[in-house]
Amino acid sequence: MSLRTESGPYFGEFGGRFVPESLIAALDELTEEYALARTDPAFAAELGELHRSYTGRPSIITEVPRFAAHAGGARVILKREDLNHTGSHKINNVLGQVLLTRRIGKTRVIAETGAGQHGVATATAAALFGLDCVIYMGEVDTERQALNVARMRLLGAEVVPVTTGSRTLKDAINDAMRDWVTNVGNTNYIFGTVAGPHPFPAMVRDFQKIIGEEARGQVLELTGRLPDAVTACVGGGSNAIGIFHAFLDDPEVGLYGFEAAGEGIDTPRHAATITKGRPGVLHGARSFLLQDEDGQTIESHSISAGLDYPGVGPEHSWLASIGRAEYRPVTDAEAMDAFRLLSRTEGIIPAIESAHALAGTLKLGRELGKDSTILVNLSGRGDKDMETAGRYFDLLDEGATQS
Amino acid sequence: MNPDAQNPPAQNSSAQSPAAASPVERRIALRKEAGSGALIGYLPVGFPSLAESIDAAVALAQNGVDVIELGLPYSDPVMDGTVIQAATQKALAGGFRLRHGFEAITAITAQVDAPVLVMTYWNPVVQYGVDRFADDLAAAGGAGLITPDLIPDEAHDWLAASERTGLDRVFLAAPSSSDARLTQAVDASRGFVYAVSTMGITGARTDVDSAARILVERLRSAGSTSACVGLGISTADQVREILAYADGAIVGSALVRALADGGVDALGRLAGELSAGTRDAAASN
Repeated sequence: MSLRTESGPYFGEFGGRFVPESLIAALDELTEEYALARTDPAFAAELGELHRSYTGRPSIITEVPRFAAHAGGARVILKREDLNHTGSHKINNVLGQVLLTRRIGKTRVIAETGAGQHGVATATAAALFGLDCVIYMGEVDTERQALNVARMRLLGAEVVPVTTGSRTLKDAINDAMRDWVTNVGNTNYIFGTVAGPHPFPAMVRDFQKIIGEEARGQVLELTGRLPDAVTACVGGGSNAIGIFHAFLDDPEVGLYGFEAAGEGIDTPRHAATITKGRPGVLHGARSFLLQDEDGQTIESHSISAGLDYPGVGPEHSWLASIGRAEYRPVTDAEAMDAFRLLSRTEGIIPAIESAHALAGTLKLGRELGKDSTILVNLSGRGDKDMETAGRYFDLLDEGATQS
Repeated sequence: MNPDAQNPPAQNSSAQSPAAASPVERRIALRKEAGSGALIGYLPVGFPSLAESIDAAVALAQNGVDVIELGLPYSDPVMDGTVIQAATQKALAGGFRLRHGFEAITAITAQVDAPVLVMTYWNPVVQYGVDRFADDLAAAGGAGLITPDLIPDEAHDWLAASERTGLDRVFLAAPSSSDARLTQAVDASRGFVYAVSTMGITGARTDVDSAARILVERLRSAGSTSACVGLGISTADQVREILAYADGAIVGSALVRALADGGVDALGRLAGELSAGTRDAAASN
């Protein structure tokens, strides 16, 4: 049975549409328009051209032997989504959804953002297509990702710091959904990850699966065979599903998602949703989630704003439940060590999100041995994380004025 | 024990006569027979404290509110505006647990005979266990559930549990809903259909949208005899205006704000003013 053909609303027992009735018409409209668009050659051609001449696709792969020397000698190959315009994989999805927005005739887009990468990508596409754009971002995240806030504003977007709840990504999604319920007549919600109500998990996956489709061919060309493992970090899970999807029906390829373990999965401060959560309903879908006995969402923690989310996309919950993909925790400290290691051994500064995949890969390489090949999704670059890294590694000169 | 429990009403129960209907439907139908309609008042459990929230709900009923909508505080209330968010966050910070909801219903129904519907987001019910939740709600004397983020399409377990227990199930209908979805909401609901007055979230508005009147007309065409309008209603004038065409008016944020600002006394005064809107409606009909 092919695992690649699942298109929602359900992935096994996960997914669905747990949203206010007010949003159903908009979700139906998106579902129908997307179904038309995905078989429309003109849509594919326009998106393909944007990928080529705006984003810079196909993104390259880079083999990283000096880094791999720390991974048990396994061959490690990076899929360089960090080189995309706007600095991460998020642009792949945003361009697809913005083209859909234009097809359904809406003039305003909203989005949530954690690290700011999805917000920056959305603000970028809104600028390109002349759409009004409002980005909801938890107040905590606006502080730790201040550069991305400035970037979004420069691009003409309004950034709304969300001050409710934990003031992070989950609350930004709540406020974006409230905006959408209120303004659905002229507004499309550009959802950033493979979570949320149908059709978002399947649609965002489809817009991201180009990562794995390109990488599968590129690795075959480089090594003559499929990788033994494909790895990615998992917050909501869009970069992970994007690189996993092309390999779902290759049972000899192991799929590994690395969740943010924050200060440790035995502490309350982590975001390891599949490792430590249980199924429930949040943000429109049934999936694994961090929650207390009463079903109240537990606030997550990660040094990486993009992984600091107590939920996960339903397709990942399904892949975990059927054993097709394995999800493992990676702590803040492990991720930051890998962040520095890639920087120093290969001259590539990864996003802290992607550093979780690198840290997991270091351990996995030691397990799989030196005859193995591991393909890692380097989902984003670390420019936005310089302040966090500077503080973490004590790289900033005390009292120096940052300009 | 709910007397209807042995004989669960048929699916399209909102078309039934008051005698066979649920307590909530009977209450709404009685107010309609009197020439008006019902006033439904929302308050969250545990705000400002569990004891005060019980007193507040009792004060609603004592000041002319026909049906109590008791909200269970939830960490991610996507349908709620700032007033209700602030109140439910305070309740959660104060240690609200789901069992307090059942305790509150027991205490309220011991003091007043207004039916008590629980408004809850879906995940707490899932985690408690849908059947266990239904049993404990019925045992506490609750009338049913209003489920803002559960559509009938996803409600299989709850439809079964509410059939078994005879509890009401109130689904939402929106101005954006298709005719087919309105029919589905009417068929699946029991007690009433919650007509969302405007595209948006909870919170007082100066003008209640004309969309509400059109939506209620469409719900009538879909067979509803029990359609109540909520979102944005905060004054007796708005209650009066809505009851001219709907079977009930639902007030939430305005009551929560009154409770937050002036305590149970101020809440009771506002409830009394709002219920005057139902009497004026009767007099002018």
